[in-house]
Amino acid sequence: MTQKTAEELAKKQRDISIAEFFEKNRHLLGFDNPRRALLTAVKEAVDNALDACEEARILPEVNVELIQLSETRYRMIVEDNGPGIVEKQIPNIFARLLYGSKFHKLAATRGQQGIGISATVLYGQLTTGKPAMVTSKPASSKKATLMKLKIDTQTNLPQILEEQEIDWSGKDHGTRIEIDLDGSYIKGRQSVDEYLKETAVVNPHTTIIYTNPEAIQTIFARSTNQLPPEPKEIKPHPYGIELGRLMKMLEITEAKTLHQFLTSEFVRVGPGTAKEICENSSLLPKTSPKHISREMAEKLYQGIQKTKIIAPPTDCISPIGAEDLEKGLRKEINAEFYCSTTRPATVYRGNPFVVEAALAFGGEQDAESTVRIMRFANRVPLLYQQGACAITNAIQNTSWKNYGLQQSRNSLPVGSCSIAVHITSVWVPFTSESKEALAHYPEIIKEIKLALQEVGRKLGSYINKKRRVSEQQERVSIFENYIPEVAGALSKLSGIEKQKIAESMNKMLSKNKEFIQAHKEAHKVEIRKKKDVEGQIKLSEFEDD
Amino acid sequence: MTNKKPKETIQELGKRLAKEILAGRPPKVVVPIRALSNIAFNKDTGTLQLGNKKAERNFFNVAHAKKFLQTLEVAAVSKELLEEGKHASLRDVFYMVKRTIPNTKINIVDDQPESDDAIEDLELLTEHSREQLNINANKMGSVAGQVVIEDKGDEIDWSRMGSGGWSIPSNVEEIKFKKVKAKYVLYMEKAAVWERLHEDKFWEKQDCIIMSSQGQTTRGIRRLLQRLSQEHKLTIYVLADFDPWGFYIYSVLKFGSINLAHMAESMTLNTAKFLGITADDIENYELKKHLITFKDVDSKRLEQLQNYEWFKDNKQWQRQFKMMKSLKAKAEIQALSSRGISFITDKYLPEKIKKQDWIE
Repeated sequence: MTQKTAEELAKKQRDISIAEFFEKNRHLLGFDNPRRALLTAVKEAVDNALDACEEARILPEVNVELIQLSETRYRMIVEDNGPGIVEKQIPNIFARLLYGSKFHKLAATRGQQGIGISATVLYGQLTTGKPAMVTSKPASSKKATLMKLKIDTQTNLPQILEEQEIDWSGKDHGTRIEIDLDGSYIKGRQSVDEYLKETAVVNPHTTIIYTNPEAIQTIFARSTNQLPPEPKEIKPHPYGIELGRLMKMLEITEAKTLHQFLTSEFVRVGPGTAKEICENSSLLPKTSPKHISREMAEKLYQGIQKTKIIAPPTDCISPIGAEDLEKGLRKEINAEFYCSTTRPATVYRGNPFVVEAALAFGGEQDAESTVRIMRFANRVPLLYQQGACAITNAIQNTSWKNYGLQQSRNSLPVGSCSIAVHITSVWVPFTSESKEALAHYPEIIKEIKLALQEVGRKLGSYINKKRRVSEQQERVSIFENYIPEVAGALSKLSGIEKQKIAESMNKMLSKNKEFIQAHKEAHKVEIRKKKDVEGQIKLSEFEDD
Repeated sequence: MTNKKPKETIQELGKRLAKEILAGRPPKVVVPIRALSNIAFNKDTGTLQLGNKKAERNFFNVAHAKKFLQTLEVAAVSKELLEEGKHASLRDVFYMVKRTIPNTKINIVDDQPESDDAIEDLELLTEHSREQLNINANKMGSVAGQVVIEDKGDEIDWSRMGSGGWSIPSNVEEIKFKKVKAKYVLYMEKAAVWERLHEDKFWEKQDCIIMSSQGQTTRGIRRLLQRLSQEHKLTIYVLADFDPWGFYIYSVLKFGSINLAHMAESMTLNTAKFLGITADDIENYELKKHLITFKDVDSKRLEQLQNYEWFKDNKQWQRQFKMMKSLKAKAEIQALSSRGISFITDKYLPEKIKKQDWIE
């Protein structure tokens, strides 16, 4: 082996193009196989559309269309009635990775990183060579802008291939994006169909019109005209910050002193608490943030952990609400019983969050297989990595037998039931970048279990009541069937008319249900698992003659 | 037993229930409980007797509805039989009652023990035996001896019935004894043993009557034995296997059975004697080599026998139980054949009776 000089090595050191990066890391962004790529593309476009509408306080109406162009190629069209995008920003939003408005703030929005839609444009470009076509019209302008966009894979800058003003008749404002991409359309649990259906469940204020590649149109109509409250932006809570982030914040802050930095950049830190943090960190309150070294930052970090700080405010979280969540479920699942609950807001690591759960039981659902689980984070359905998710874990560790479902130890319950769990937070902790599974924080699992127990209890009392009613009916029907027989036999014995006896007995039956005493154990017609022995007639004790 | 005619009693039962219903009251019948918990041993009569515990069967009770219906169905069948002067077997009654209730998958009776049980209920309700209600058991028994009887106008000579003997009907109430030449009756639980004795003309040599059933002693046989014992003062000797079940056959004959405690008076044989096989016979007749080891059920049954009230104070029997327990084994009557095919005829039985070697 010959040694290489630094100069030689330097020849090989260069910028990595984002195209190469994307190619190597597409699994992180949800484009690892054709089926998932199609779903991710729709998901990113719809998430963006909904976020935009809600931010502008417009009731969303989203049109999704998939057209099959060849065996492996699809065209995705997503059009919303959102506020539109000003001409200047269109290229940046759609054709530049890591550009966006949501990355720097802490609020319960769907998108968080500014990767999604531009990654989709890049994926389409890499697999088909075609540009994305964006049409957008803000309410203020009369004409819409149409652009054909590509991303320069060397520089991560937008390339505008074509731009023109068009009339967009019948549309006051909105945005439409068309992307050709390689994909595969398969129905099932992890399909575009399922994603849109579940989106409709947790976004009851949204109308989605979906045309699938088979040209079948489905309309998920909104069930409420009430927009969810606008997600409030909050400053970070000291407990939720990591050392690296703390150092970054110290670097960019405009505060002149450490004391000021603490009170202005964090929530729940007043002058008193700030002073206490400084004392616990052995740092002077007047230190300039710019002069804080790494060692000092570490002291500050430890000082924060030692200080008692009030939990962050939770009014920045806007859950769907038990009622609306149940409405959403009713709309999409044909069942006989629904219930839901919203837990009070709590905090994990300085981040406020709320857990909601809903359940649909019976109806057309399969009773023999495991329950269907629907997981949501900030109103977005999670379709992949069910096994790795904290929600799945919490469902498995809840004792569903108490609530009338079958379940073997620590596994998913079995029964004709769907369970939906929604978590909303300013920062949802995912296990990875692809945002498909919730991380296993004990505080979060505990809250999910509490929510599940609440809906479970409601389910249990429904199933019990139903069983009681059917038992009562069964009992009555036993007598109804026996009466003609008894009347017939008695008529033969006594010579009294059968009809008269039967009528009198039926009258007794309908008038006095309390005549009907329940001694189940001796009755062969009823097949029960639990039999209690209380009968006076002990047939088994009769001995052979 | 009541003096009223069976048909009238059944009609009255039906009328009473119909009236209750027309008056708007839920129909009920009250039946004494036929279980060990409601059985008492009457030391004066030496028989088992039904206690006072009663079970109410209310039609409007899910657990009772079906039994209630079954009892009425059986009553209706019996009334029909009585009206037409015909007899039906237990099996016949089962089929006459069995049908599916319209619009359901429920059968009035699913198998014969259910209808048999309903018939026993009817006996208790009407205080008439099932024979009086024109319902008969299957006949299962043979008899031979120097006896002439009259049954339904036919004269029958028990000594001239060929190799099969006269088969005992289930109802023996109407039989008249014309001539009885016998010193005792030998009753055995095994038909095969009866055939051996019959071939050897044991009844002629010993001046006795031999009678058998296959397994359980039927009511007809018990009643016939009782009539021979009461009307002709014959001693009844019982020959059964050396095992808990054989002992229990004797127990039923002598004291009555739990199931039929309500008719103990017309069934029991106070003078019955257990001739063999006893634990002492195992020793005296060298049968040890032919013992069969106990199974769990045998030990359990033996324990039950030991604790029956009517055996508790009987030292002879408790001694037998103890010896059987220590042997932990049983033996069949046929074990005697190991000593020669006619050993039982020529040696065992004459010797036992001569020595008065029996247990009471």
